[in-house]
Amino acid sequence: MTIVLLAVLVLLIAVVIGVAGGRTRAGAVVVYMLSALAAAAILVVAFARVAAAPETIVLPLGIPWLGLRLRIDALAAFFLVVVNLGAAAASVYAIGYGQHERAPHRVVPFYPAFLAGMNLVLLADDAFAFLFGWEFMSLASWALVMAYHRDGANRHAGYVYLVMASFGTLSLLLAFGLLAGAGGGYGFDAMRTAREPAGIAFLVLVLALLGAGSKAGLVPLHVWLPLAHPAAPSHVSALMSGVMTKVAVYGFIRIMFDLVGHAPWWWGIIVLVIAAATAVLGVLYALMQHDLKRLLAYHTVENIGIIFIGLGLALAFGANGMGEAAALALTAGLFHVFNHAVFKSLLFFGAGAVLAATGARDMEHLGGLIHRMPTTALAFLVGCIAISALPPLNGFASEWLLFQAIVLGTGLPQWGLKFVVPAVGATLALSAALAAACFVKAFGITFLGRPRTPGAASAREVDPFSRGSIIAFALLCVAAGTLPGLAVDWIQPVVGSLLDGAVLRDQADMAWLTLVPVDWDRSSYNGLIVLVFVLVSALVVAAAIHRFASRRLRRSPPWDCGFPDADPATQYTAGSFAQPIRRVYGTLAFAARETVDMPRPGDTRAARFTVRIRDLVWEWLYAPIAAAVERAADALNQLQFLTIRRYLTFVFASLVVLLLVLALWRP
Amino acid sequence: MATLGGLVVQGGQMLLVLLIAPLLTGLVRRVKAMLLRRRGPSVFQPYRDIARLLRKEAIVAEGASWLFRVAPYLVFASIWVAAAMVPTFATGLVFSWAADLIAIVGLLATARFFLALAGLDVGTSFGGIGSSRDMMIATLAESAMIMIVFTLSLLAGSTQLSSIATYMLAADVGLRVSLALALFGLVMVTIAENARIPVDNPATHLELTMVHEAMVLEYSGRHLAMIELAASLKLTLYVALIGCLFAPWGMATAGEGIAAYALGVAIFLVKLCVGGVLLAVFETSIAKMRVFRVPEFLGAALMLALLAVTLLFVSRSF
Repeated sequence: MTIVLLAVLVLLIAVVIGVAGGRTRAGAVVVYMLSALAAAAILVVAFARVAAAPETIVLPLGIPWLGLRLRIDALAAFFLVVVNLGAAAASVYAIGYGQHERAPHRVVPFYPAFLAGMNLVLLADDAFAFLFGWEFMSLASWALVMAYHRDGANRHAGYVYLVMASFGTLSLLLAFGLLAGAGGGYGFDAMRTAREPAGIAFLVLVLALLGAGSKAGLVPLHVWLPLAHPAAPSHVSALMSGVMTKVAVYGFIRIMFDLVGHAPWWWGIIVLVIAAATAVLGVLYALMQHDLKRLLAYHTVENIGIIFIGLGLALAFGANGMGEAAALALTAGLFHVFNHAVFKSLLFFGAGAVLAATGARDMEHLGGLIHRMPTTALAFLVGCIAISALPPLNGFASEWLLFQAIVLGTGLPQWGLKFVVPAVGATLALSAALAAACFVKAFGITFLGRPRTPGAASAREVDPFSRGSIIAFALLCVAAGTLPGLAVDWIQPVVGSLLDGAVLRDQADMAWLTLVPVDWDRSSYNGLIVLVFVLVSALVVAAAIHRFASRRLRRSPPWDCGFPDADPATQYTAGSFAQPIRRVYGTLAFAARETVDMPRPGDTRAARFTVRIRDLVWEWLYAPIAAAVERAADALNQLQFLTIRRYLTFVFASLVVLLLVLALWRP
Repeated sequence: MATLGGLVVQGGQMLLVLLIAPLLTGLVRRVKAMLLRRRGPSVFQPYRDIARLLRKEAIVAEGASWLFRVAPYLVFASIWVAAAMVPTFATGLVFSWAADLIAIVGLLATARFFLALAGLDVGTSFGGIGSSRDMMIATLAESAMIMIVFTLSLLAGSTQLSSIATYMLAADVGLRVSLALALFGLVMVTIAENARIPVDNPATHLELTMVHEAMVLEYSGRHLAMIELAASLKLTLYVALIGCLFAPWGMATAGEGIAAYALGVAIFLVKLCVGGVLLAVFETSIAKMRVFRVPEFLGAALMLALLAVTLLFVSRSF
């Protein structure tokens, strides 16, 4: 615990150094190195503490009668590992990536503050510390989003983010207020023991979904996320998408599984329905994007949906006393938390490398980078396979566990769940398949084919720090995918602490480190064997063919049915790749419309093809709210220009009204 | 757990599917030709084609990356490993615990992922059109397939293919609505996944209609041989899967004598022949769909499978 606190202190010192020397290259390197060291220290400590007993400490800071309560239990330790793993890699990445920064003093001071805020949220053991850390994290990340504030789109993103973050904090504030009750027990231990009435507990669920969900990006609260995440510098995007959303997941788990601790079965339905919608809509949105970083940000929405499917299933199983199934669902969700943090950070690092090498985020301006940036391309490919839930990498392992949990859903007694769980399974399968399409597009258009612009044609491989982080995370994807049993075992103390001791069976004992969640007869999967089999058979076949059949190779112009065109503009673009999927799903989900404006024969003007995609959530939910706020503001505008006499009258009137309300409230 | 006999059966099964796969493709082509009152090539023509391609030099487009050259082997290996996990003539394969039915679907998706990337690698318009359409078809086919897996695993209480096959062999399965729906769905998915009519036409080189063929248009020589062999293997895998799930009779179980295994192989060959002939008849009797009618076809498969799963969730007796 002391080391963790010292590391957070180092982060805060780094903020000071950043303010003082953020403009210089040396200052930036010092800050990033300090951040990397601090994150690595917390990572090491927290990794060991997952299986250890909780440790509490009260610092004489904060609210006088409460102090600053901090605690590391299994859940906090697990999320500390996830957060600081991403943070350490992002800091190392930033040592190299940061030299492309145009205005480093707008990034460097806020970066360690952002890390400190996230760590504080995870360490907090009272509502005050939690909300303080949450706001610290939100504001620091807002400042990072606004790093390139001269771009109007970024200012808009920052504005939307600020509004949504404030809304989220308000919801959490109310949730904690309800949990603390009239007695004002703001410590988490008091909330844990208190048992709220059912109505209050339901309100807490709604508020937690609004508060944590808006930070995590649950549909329909996701609108800020694809705007804000790509606007920040790439290492910060990696942290916001890969890690900060996990802090929000932590908030939800902490409130619902730990502090509230009991859930009727139908809460599972609410979470599952929102999560399934989030998963499918997130990936469909991602498929429509041509901006690489925005595509990744939208795809985070999908993965948050998958994680919440795991949490919702765990709630439903837990409410019915199916401990083992709940443990399986929660393990799948938490394992996906870890996996997503790894591969989404990896992909954002890759997108940042592409941005640094070519100056372009728009995939339509890229192409052919596999020749110019081989290391980045290979690591990005590993990330794409992992995120598309393809065996034998880690994304498949966690989704496989989730599928196993869904199959156990027949044991659920309630009719509502019997209908919802299979539908959730279908949406999960659909979103996994769509994710594969999405990342064929992301990798294929960016790295394969021919360069579409001179910038892409003259790209250079990035610096060794960036490559180091990218390669390390690619290896981690392979390791977590081939040895999922070890990761599952490591997560079990967390699961046990949240589900009254229900855990999965010990996976390390299984032959060949096979993943066997329930029973050998029921299901088993061994990523290592699958990987070895595929590689060995590919190598053997290739070697045999080269030895005995033919090894000659000739380079020639492409065939392309006899009409190859040297112009790179004739390649398939990101837009054309997504067109079939847009036709199939987009007409419903986005009211997508294509219009072809074909000139009449003899007319020499160019033909035009336009696609209109509408964000229905924005149009139906946010636009009316924004319009209402605008109208109210207009109406209240005249209050600004009253005489002092009128103002005093208003003050008096409101005082009287409040006193009346108070008098009526307490008869 | 790996005894010598088990290893022999596992290895024999891998070799058998590899050797038999081109024959199935040849059979389907021959039967289709005969139904059209053509003579058609010999059923062994695919072997000759593959041997010829293997001997030729590979022509690779300028600007193709290492991915283009690696993809055929990875595609082939993924599908081969997936096929190795499907019981053909004997249940209780030694390595069946390494990958359950969901992992087999996943391996097929990995193969498709690499093939779609290879289609985009050279940077031609045909490669792109093939990749993009194939991935669109896959989004529906794969989710339908997962729902079919759910149906079977809910009934058998396992996603392990050997356990499901054992369950299906047991006498008391009976006729079930959900199984019938799953069979329909599986057949539709098989047709789509193997690029057969009405979803795609394996014989076409017409620009507007080709999907799979467009994706592999740039391949030649040994690379094309690998892809052709992988496509044949995939068809064999699906027919074997349908056979092992819905007609599991005649499969040898672990520990039986040589005679049982020989009988198992013979019955497996009969199943493949029946499957091939039925596929040829079906393909001949139906017209190719427009690309944007395919989602309706596969959407029906997805809905059938979802209906089957929901029936099972709601009641155990369907």
